[in-house]
Amino acid sequence: MSSVVVSSSREVDAASGAPHDEPTRLQRPGEQLVTMLAPDGTRHPNPPLDHFVADLTPERLLALHEDMVTVRRIDMEGVALQRQGQLGLWPPLLGQEAAQVGSARALRSDDFVFTSYREHAVAYCRGIAIDTIMPMWRGTAASGWNPFEFGMAPPAIIIGAQTLHATGYAMGCAKDGVDSTAIAYFGDGATSQGDVNEAMVFAATYSAPVVFFCQNNHWAISEPVGLVARRPLADRAPGFGIPSMRVDGNDVIAVMAATRWALERARSGDGPSWIEAVTYRMGPHTTSDDPSRYEDPLEREEWAAKDPIDRLERHLEQLGVLGDAHRAAVKEKADATAAAMRAACVGLPDPEALKLFDHVYTEPTAWLNRQRSQYEAYLAMFEGGDEA
Amino acid sequence: MTELTLASAITSGLRHALAQDDRVVIMGEDIGRLGGVFRVTDGLQRDFGADRVMDTPLAEAGILGTAVGLAYRGYRPVVEIQFDGFIYPAFDQIVAQVAKLHYRTRGVVRMPITVRVPYGGGIGAVEHHSESPEAYFTHTSGLRVVTCSNPQDAHWMVRQAIASDDPVIFFEPKRRYWVKGEVEDAMQAAPPLDRARVVMEGADVTLVAYGPLVATAIDAAVAAADEGVSVEVVDLRSLSPVDFETVEASVRRTGRLVVTHEAQQFGGLGAEIATSVTERCFEHLRSAPVRVTGHDVPYPASRLEEHFLPDLDRLLDGIDRALGRVNSLTGWSAPAGRPA
Repeated sequence: MSSVVVSSSREVDAASGAPHDEPTRLQRPGEQLVTMLAPDGTRHPNPPLDHFVADLTPERLLALHEDMVTVRRIDMEGVALQRQGQLGLWPPLLGQEAAQVGSARALRSDDFVFTSYREHAVAYCRGIAIDTIMPMWRGTAASGWNPFEFGMAPPAIIIGAQTLHATGYAMGCAKDGVDSTAIAYFGDGATSQGDVNEAMVFAATYSAPVVFFCQNNHWAISEPVGLVARRPLADRAPGFGIPSMRVDGNDVIAVMAATRWALERARSGDGPSWIEAVTYRMGPHTTSDDPSRYEDPLEREEWAAKDPIDRLERHLEQLGVLGDAHRAAVKEKADATAAAMRAACVGLPDPEALKLFDHVYTEPTAWLNRQRSQYEAYLAMFEGGDEA
Repeated sequence: MTELTLASAITSGLRHALAQDDRVVIMGEDIGRLGGVFRVTDGLQRDFGADRVMDTPLAEAGILGTAVGLAYRGYRPVVEIQFDGFIYPAFDQIVAQVAKLHYRTRGVVRMPITVRVPYGGGIGAVEHHSESPEAYFTHTSGLRVVTCSNPQDAHWMVRQAIASDDPVIFFEPKRRYWVKGEVEDAMQAAPPLDRARVVMEGADVTLVAYGPLVATAIDAAVAAADEGVSVEVVDLRSLSPVDFETVEASVRRTGRLVVTHEAQQFGGLGAEIATSVTERCFEHLRSAPVRVTGHDVPYPASRLEEHFLPDLDRLLDGIDRALGRVNSLTGWSAPAGRPA
């Protein structure tokens, strides 16, 4: 367990001790993270970034609070459904609500989102109905929603593959002469992958309007970020000619500001940007693993004190806008969403057997038609008859 | 009708595709100013601009992965992989992303990507420049895999591949790039992309070949005719899906099957074709199907490739096996004129 702590401190040492010869990091010297909302809820000014979030009135902050509480409730329900055998797997997002909500709420509907598999909150913010998130995890379909309807691709399970898709999509936006953008969500583990590094090469080469949104949740399943990163992940991008920002991923305001900074660069033709949202995965990688085998409980306690929802609540209390009525309404909405999610999940019918053969090609092939007919004939032997 | 090399017939096909659909973009390493290492894209960047004919970084996964994103955006990327052995870094993007997205999204997302790959041996190249990796891709549902054997097919098929809404892996037989033939531009007479073609009719043995070995198969059929054996040569053209109707009809006539390819034998196309034909028309077979293929070794150094690649004599030996004549397996003593 001590290796985890050592790894983490090595990263901190590197961040504060090593000189930054690239001027492209939008951070003040010595400042480790862009934070606008302190853990105690105090809003600190950040002159380079404040104008990106000038529109965050108390009402809008309350809406972000509602989003985060709702997606946390969705996530809890996902874990529960898996534990009850209703889902095959669930990758929890607990602790990453601000990173996902703050960034997703910065996007326009004509931007296109390419995610990994943990971004249920991003899907929620894109307006994707919760019942279309379930089929993939229940195993009734390989994916749920229509990507073109919501501007969001189906989740990529292969780590980092989607960063290239986002880059290609962004190259297409530039070719089309529109100011739409693409955003790629991935984790700290993905930064080891060739695809992510190639995505940065292509994005820089073609000045693609793409935002690389890395959620550094400190864990690649059981491997701590310190195992693969000797310096902050945000330091990788400048080497590719891509400016980066290291932001407090549990601070929804700072995350939104950082994402808007990157989106503005993309829309105005300045090309790709890289955001490292430093957060913490407060649960297992998926419902299949056991963090007690590898995680230092003290480290988790430290991060619990930086909880993204508590932090915003403290701020809203300081603003005097977090009343009992809002709390009750938010809880009610979150519970109702979770109930709808449960109902949608357990109500999902198993697909018909012959659907297996649909959509392999845009035009059916003789080969597959033959295989389908043969299997249909095989299944017909059992219909209404004695299956023994 | 113009006489073109196989390479320039592809160039001409690409030119048509670029002119007809402004969503077609060509991507690859060295394809712009250089015109590709085989010059297949020669002049295209000059005429269509660097925005449509894009020199890419040297990163195969990057090329395929960004092509996926462009396809999401409504483009029809035509990707050049410089050599067969360089496709492996892009393997994940091809088999796990490109091939699957249509299925995963139940038909909503289309990946009309064409991946052009110069493939096969026989040009005395160094390691990684002579491979026949087609079986990896035919094993992947969702991909169409095709190859051409002559300039006319090369021209028509590359245009059909680009027009297809399915992803197509288009294998180009590089040792046939410089072979010339008459090429008709008009598409009316073009057979469908997934149709095999009987290139020589015969009565005694069906010899199935594709890509670089079709010419060798024709040579073997001519040589066999001198010995009184009538060989029907089928050019497969599409490797996935395979046009089994054409192959099966031929085997029903001849009663014997020989399949040949440059790729290694184990788990290859020959195994699939032999088994499928046996399942479909066992009662018409007068002998067991025969495979004449590359050996199950890594592609060898070029001074050994003549022993790796099926040639005229190995095909004749395979035909002898199918006919139950004296052959290398039953105790063959080399007659004069054949290598011992």
